[in-house]
Amino acid sequence: MSESQPLLATFRVAKSYGPVVALREVDFAVRRGEVHALLGANGAGKSTLVKILAGVHTADTGAVHVDGRAAQLHDPVDAMAAGIATVFQDPALIPDLSVIQNLQLSEIKESAFTNWLNWFDLQDLDLDILVRDLPLEILRVVDLARALARDPQVLLLDEITAALTADQAERVFALLTDWRKQGRAAVLITHRLAEVRRICDRATILRDGRNVALFEPNTAATVANGSLTGTMQDVDEHELVEAMLGTRVSELEEGDEPDPATHHESGSRSSSQETAFAVQGLNSGDVVREISFELRRGEILGLVALEGQGQERLFSLLSGDRQPSDGDILVDGSQRRWRAPYDAVGDGVVLIPGDRLLTLLPNLSVRQNLVVPLFSRIRQWLRIPADERQRVMNAIDRLSIDTRAASQVRRLSGGNQQKVAIGRWLVAGFRTLLCFDPTRGIDVQTKLEIYTLLRELAASGAAILLYTSELAEIPLVCDRVLIMHDGRIVDEQNAAHATEASLLTAAHGLEVPA
Amino acid sequence: MSQSNTPPQSTSVAATPSGPVARVAALASDHPTLALTGILAILVLVTGFIEPNYLSVSGARNTLLQAAPLGILAGAQTILMLTGGIDLSVTMIATGSAYVAANQSSEGAAIAILLGVLVGLVVGSANGVGVAVFRVNPLIMTLAMSGILLGLFTAWAQTILQGSTQMGPFLKLIGGGSFLGNRIPYSVVVWALIAGGLIWLLRRTGWGRLLYAIGDNEVAVRLAGVRVWQVRITAYIVAGVLGSISGILLGGRTGAVDLQLANAFLLPSVAAAVIGGTSIFGGVGGYTGTILGALILSVLNSMLTFLNVGQAIQQVVYGTIVLALAWGYAGLTRRA
Repeated sequence: MSESQPLLATFRVAKSYGPVVALREVDFAVRRGEVHALLGANGAGKSTLVKILAGVHTADTGAVHVDGRAAQLHDPVDAMAAGIATVFQDPALIPDLSVIQNLQLSEIKESAFTNWLNWFDLQDLDLDILVRDLPLEILRVVDLARALARDPQVLLLDEITAALTADQAERVFALLTDWRKQGRAAVLITHRLAEVRRICDRATILRDGRNVALFEPNTAATVANGSLTGTMQDVDEHELVEAMLGTRVSELEEGDEPDPATHHESGSRSSSQETAFAVQGLNSGDVVREISFELRRGEILGLVALEGQGQERLFSLLSGDRQPSDGDILVDGSQRRWRAPYDAVGDGVVLIPGDRLLTLLPNLSVRQNLVVPLFSRIRQWLRIPADERQRVMNAIDRLSIDTRAASQVRRLSGGNQQKVAIGRWLVAGFRTLLCFDPTRGIDVQTKLEIYTLLRELAASGAAILLYTSELAEIPLVCDRVLIMHDGRIVDEQNAAHATEASLLTAAHGLEVPA
Repeated sequence: MSQSNTPPQSTSVAATPSGPVARVAALASDHPTLALTGILAILVLVTGFIEPNYLSVSGARNTLLQAAPLGILAGAQTILMLTGGIDLSVTMIATGSAYVAANQSSEGAAIAILLGVLVGLVVGSANGVGVAVFRVNPLIMTLAMSGILLGLFTAWAQTILQGSTQMGPFLKLIGGGSFLGNRIPYSVVVWALIAGGLIWLLRRTGWGRLLYAIGDNEVAVRLAGVRVWQVRITAYIVAGVLGSISGILLGGRTGAVDLQLANAFLLPSVAAAVIGGTSIFGGVGGYTGTILGALILSVLNSMLTFLNVGQAIQQVVYGTIVLALAWGYAGLTRRA
């Protein structure tokens, strides 16, 4: 057995979900005695790769080798048997069982588990407490301790430090240092580049489903002397960001940049000075912190963030689905206290959620989907507006929804489903539109249609907040862009001048060079 | 076609018919109303074959007299099943309403009916609040409510309300009488009016649209700015009132009321809706199918009676039908 033999490796692994290609071709290798960072922008394929290594998904093509031998990881049990333990972003624990019952489900020795809990200074944790009653930061440690109790050779940690307190994060780093000395390996998926520099030995960058770069400074020396810290500390964080970003020339930019019709002319982009919607000092636990911004009529305000920076929570606050723990929401200058989406919709503030499962009636027709908001008030219940049919037809026309499978929305394509999700607000009308990643997983044609529609809506006086994971959209669609990191707004840029590099740099919480 | 809320049956299942059985199945899933009417006609003919007297005005009248209260109860279940709910207390509501109406018959028919319907209003509201506001599972909520009602009315019958258990003459007429030379039962007229109202509500009102929508995806309806709890509570109230009306008709038909009055109708009320194509999981169905379902069960009931099959076996038959259909529909949705 040679030292250079990778402990865990993938060869040309590819994976698609229906029409969406998540991994095109990934070669990835983890050596013994290293902490390996797996980095990439949203949608680069990190999570898919982790799921394949954890046996949750099976690769379409390509091979996974463990310790030099081809491994068939068809389900999580296979992966565990191969010595791979994974801690996912969402703790894989059953909420209605106690900690100890969860443990018993997985045939793990209790003594090993409690040893690891002690290591994390959680010896006082009541093992009979229901998982649902534990806070997330404890759950992640419990999940980690459970993974460690399997005595794995490779540990896959997906954003492990995201929910941890600083001292627990330190313990994880100390653990990884030990791990390295024992000749085991760990893969760290993180957005926190400071962590990568501090404890990782090498870094693989994924972009668009491929491994595009490998950072490996002085690795041999580190492995040889069992150094306590990784060797990434000399790497410039901006270099990592550039690698994640690459020189991505999407079809979108090529097809769109020269076209003045969809690309905004500066004249028509000027929004009015009238503030339609504003938030001041909005807080929600530790997830959303002190967020303030103003949204003007006729303006499209972009919002950019890496995964899990509090943007979902922010949108649920802005749409009345949750109440902020602190802070104010103002519509047309007057303060609002919303207890449900009902109240927000009443004020003309409407949401198009990121998850289409939250917005579609899958077994009902396009028409039945589109008309729901027309009946939100009791006084609207006992009649149907005379122009209902006309409004539905107008929305279908304007969005050019393909109605060939109109009897059940779940039979429509993803793009058409998204149009239906938008369409219900065209039918009902609104003043402020909150759009959460409306173009994720949608074909280019539909994307362009959605951009055009958003610009038209803004031109006719709507105020639009657009969160998007597609950075290339920002200069195309938005007027200004806010960047969110760790629950806060950390930067604001002029969208016309924003580049993917400037956005991604700010989204990592870094200073954008002037 | 201007009707938008006709049951969206899965048409894709019927894409490649092969053989006569498959072709019939395809036809049935494309035109459920047609298929149900066919089944009803066959059942009527078979019953007529068993008992030739059945194919007469009085035979039809008896079937309709049976079908009316059942169809109204099944209307309550249809509305709730569309939202993904159910009401297992609806027969106790019916019994309780009939009991109150009988007891108050001396005050005149109007007061008796009003107080009887009040039972459904109150109990339906309680069910609705439990399900919609306190998020109690509808099965548990209405089952518990049924137990509470039985206890209350039993205690009541033994103490305070030791009055009449006989329905007043007007209620007897509405429940069991007929006009046009003893041809058309009054209760069928009541049923027809209610049926018209329900079909209008489900197809031509926003409330009806919302019932379907909530049954399909409650979260989406909430995010569309609807207060889902309002829709649910009103649905349970309407169901409760329908239960009351049905109970009063049933009490009028039997003349005297006891606390077992509507017991046997619980399973058939669900069965009629399920036969009619309303999904137990919500979002799919309609009242037209339920009407046919109620008629089919009533004819079936007559047939089993002519065959001298006891009440116990009839319950077995209803139960089997519900299970078979639930299994069949589950299969359809899984394949689609």
